[in-house]
This record gives sequence, structure tokens and C-alpha cells, in this order.
Amino acid sequence: MVDVLIVVAKAVVVFLIALLTMGHGVFFERKVSAVVQDRIGANRASIFGIAGLGIVNTLIADPIKFLIKEDVVPAGSDRLLHFLAPVLAVIPLLVVFAVVPFGDVLVVGERTIDLQAAELNVGILYVLAMVSLGVYGVVIAGWASNSRWSLLGGIRGSAQMISYEIAMGLALVGVVLTYGTFDLQEIVRAQGAHLGGWLPAWGILYQPLGFLIFVVAGVAESKRIPFDLPESESELVSGYFTEYSGAKHLMFMMSDFVEVVIVSALVTTLFFGGWQVPWLARDGFHFPWGATLPLPALAVTALQVLTFVLKLHVATLVQIVVRWTLPRFRYDQLMRLGWQGLLPLSLANVVVSALFIAAFGEHFA
Amino acid sequence: MNPIAFLVLAALLVVAAVTVVLHRNPVHSALALVAAMCLLSVFFIALDAQLIGFLQVIVYAGAVVVLFLFVIMLLNLQREARALGSGALVVAGGAAALAFLALMVPGLVRVAGPRPADVAAGYGETVALAERLFTVYLLPFELTSVLLLVAIVGAVALAKRTT
Repeated sequence: MVDVLIVVAKAVVVFLIALLTMGHGVFFERKVSAVVQDRIGANRASIFGIAGLGIVNTLIADPIKFLIKEDVVPAGSDRLLHFLAPVLAVIPLLVVFAVVPFGDVLVVGERTIDLQAAELNVGILYVLAMVSLGVYGVVIAGWASNSRWSLLGGIRGSAQMISYEIAMGLALVGVVLTYGTFDLQEIVRAQGAHLGGWLPAWGILYQPLGFLIFVVAGVAESKRIPFDLPESESELVSGYFTEYSGAKHLMFMMSDFVEVVIVSALVTTLFFGGWQVPWLARDGFHFPWGATLPLPALAVTALQVLTFVLKLHVATLVQIVVRWTLPRFRYDQLMRLGWQGLLPLSLANVVVSALFIAAFGEHFA
Repeated sequence: MNPIAFLVLAALLVVAAVTVVLHRNPVHSALALVAAMCLLSVFFIALDAQLIGFLQVIVYAGAVVVLFLFVIMLLNLQREARALGSGALVVAGGAAALAFLALMVPGLVRVAGPRPADVAAGYGETVALAERLFTVYLLPFELTSVLLLVAIVGAVALAKRTT
């Protein structure tokens, strides 16, 4: 019974971390777009005259606005699938967070709790499986709406997501080769070492190319600018979710944002040490210049969780800056980048990584 | 696996599989196939074969059926007039199904009844599976990759052919 409660509590915590990052992502989106476009943005909503707090209003008011709007189902649409599509778009993405580790261990009395909701030994495959199921929401929405805009968006979306999933999966092969495991928690623990006693041995040092490929493919998976061809406002209205309104529209918008946070979580976990704090071990800090700062176990855990949340925010912020900086690709450019750019690069990355590991032994750290 | 959960999931799997064959709308059939693939992967995972289970979802649900849907949408296939094909097809398909059943039933009868698990725990884990794949089953494994290569070359040759 207690075990079940612990798992539920961990699931709630990781879900809250994801939602918190998404909420801040919405805020960053408004502020970053204003800065990039050289205007003062989002300065109407405020609490006690502080504009920064206005995001709280926005985060509460926006969903309420969406929820109380009329839900229009277009004539001639497939009613069942039109209803199912937003659910299929968002649920497979939300469950991904189950395997993302958000801390090392929490020691409560006799118990040592691993801070990962689902301790799955094939974590990376689980993530890829769930992300690949997310494409159905897009395809079904495009088909069930009985609209040309939607159908074009759905077809573009399915082609794009399949193309970039391949590069994404192959980029992760390099990570799996490096750490010799599919388990995300194991991968983060392996990143706790320090090269030469001072440089945190984060994944990006071993897989720089894999990191670049993964980020590009990940941004493409989230279907945001510069990869927003399935939605492209200027030609397809809203692409696959043109014919959606109210809460269902909100779910599609949310699925894009969840995908951003998933990419942030994976980039953080696989390439930037996850919850690892440089020089922090389970008993406190061990600075490279010899000093030590012993900390109680609870403080260490709290520091790790906060670090993970901070890294998640930075990764999300970077993606939002990218979204507001780059123009949209043309469709042929998108396909060429995926199949002729990222795919050969990721294959080369796998071969080179495998040769490295064969030459210098497993865990060449 | 809990017997009740097994029965419920197995029943759902059969319903999904029958829907694939009988539904008149090709998109609904394809989605029923996705449901069937996902349910099948649940059984794999319950049998301690997580790797196979998730590969099942990635490859079939995540890629193969998406391409089916892609083609169905691109060709804009409509509802079919009949759930099943012509009489001859029904007879041939039924005969094939019966022949398959005749092969399966003796095997199922032989293993029926509760038996102790004769595989060690962790049998389906990635490391154990990879070890078998690269030692005992190395030849079939490599031959499969050659087969895939042939298929890729064939597809490229067809696409490049000038008409």
C-alpha cells in the first residue's frame, strides 16, 4: 500500500514539474517574442502592479476562456475520431514524464526512494514508443475534420514526424552505446563522474553530434517554427487542427508545448547531467580545489530536484528563442534536412561512437 | 499477469483484430490495427519481454500503420461497399484461417494447463536478448538485415525507374 502511494506521489511530482515548466514556457513565449520583436510585451496583465506576476492571470484565464467556448464539430466529420484525436495527441506525450528521473534518491527513515516515477529498464525505448504514438493525434485530426486544410496538415505532419523520428532514434543510439543502458536514471547516475577531477562528465562531452541531431529532430517533432509546416498559419489556417475549437483546440496547443518540455527533459537528462549538480555527491559538495561542504541528505536531494527544474527551464527557454528567431522551412528543405542531412549524420555518429567504444573500452569516461 | 486482466485485454485484442477485418472504413480499420498492436505489446511486457513490447509499439504502431494511414489519406479511400471481399476471397481466407487453426490447436493443447515458468527471470531483458541475437541466432539476424537491404534497394530502383 505504501509502495503504491509512493509511486503515485512520484508521478504527481514529476507531472507538476512538467506542468510548471509548461506554464513558465507560456510566459517565456510571450516575453521572448516581445524582446525578439523589439516591443514591450505582455504588460497589461499584472498583479499588484507587477507585470511579471501577470502570468498567473494568463495561466488561469486562458484555459478558462478555452473551456467555456463553443465546441464546434464540422459537418460531415467523423464524430468519434474528431473527438478522439486531441486525446490521442496529448495523452501519449504526458505519460513520457513517467520515466524521467527528477532526483537521485530520497531517504525517508528506512526507505530509499528512487526519484523516478516508473523504474523502467527500457526507458529510452518507452519514450520513443510514446512519442511515435503522438503522431496519431495529428493524422486523425487531419482526416476526421473533413476539411482540406486539416487533411493537408495531417499528411504533412505524419510525413514530418516519421522522418524526424528516425534521426531522433538514431541520435539516441549513440547515447545508449556510450552508457550501455536504456535506463534514464542509470544514464544520469553515470554522468555524475568528473573528468580530470573537475569537469562534469555530462553526455554532451561524449555525444556532441548526437546532441545537435537530437535537438534538431526534437524541435521538428514539436511541430513549431521553423518546423511548423503541419500547422503553418499563413497557408493552412491552423493545419490539422483548423476545425477544432474550445477545449480540444487547447489540447492541441498543449500537445505542442508538452513536446517542447519533453525535448527539454530528454536533452537535460541525456546530455546535461539530468539532476546532477557539479561536484555534488550524496554527502555534499566536493570542490575540485579540495574544499568540501558536507550537506544533509535532504538538502542534497532538494538541490538536485531544483537543479533539474532549472535545467528544464533553460532548455525550454532556448527552444522558445529558436522558435522566435528562425523563419519556416520550405517543405522540400524540411525533407532534405531530415533524410539527406540528419539521417546520414546520425548513422555516422552511431558508427563513430561504436568504433570509439570498441577502441577505448566500454564507458570510455 | 492477473488472469482477469489477461481475459479483458485478450477479449479487447480479439475485438480490435476482428474490427480490422470487418470495418468498412479503411481509416477505422487501420486504427483498430494500432489498438491491436498496442494490446499485443502489453502481453509482451507482461511476459517480461519489455524490449520486444516497446519495439512492437515503435515499429508497428509508430511507423508501419502510420504509413498505411498516410497512403489511405493520400488516395482518399472511401467507405467500402462490402465488409468482406468477393465470395471466392471469403472461401480462400476462411480455408487459410482453418488451416492455421489446425496447426495451432495441437500446440496449444500440448502446453495447456498451468505450468511453472521454465525461463529465468530477466529472460526478455535487453542484454539477455541481445546476447542470444548475436550468438545463437547470429545468422538469421544478419540474413534479415540483408533482406531489408534488398527491399531498400528494390524500392530505390522502382522509384528511379523512368517511365
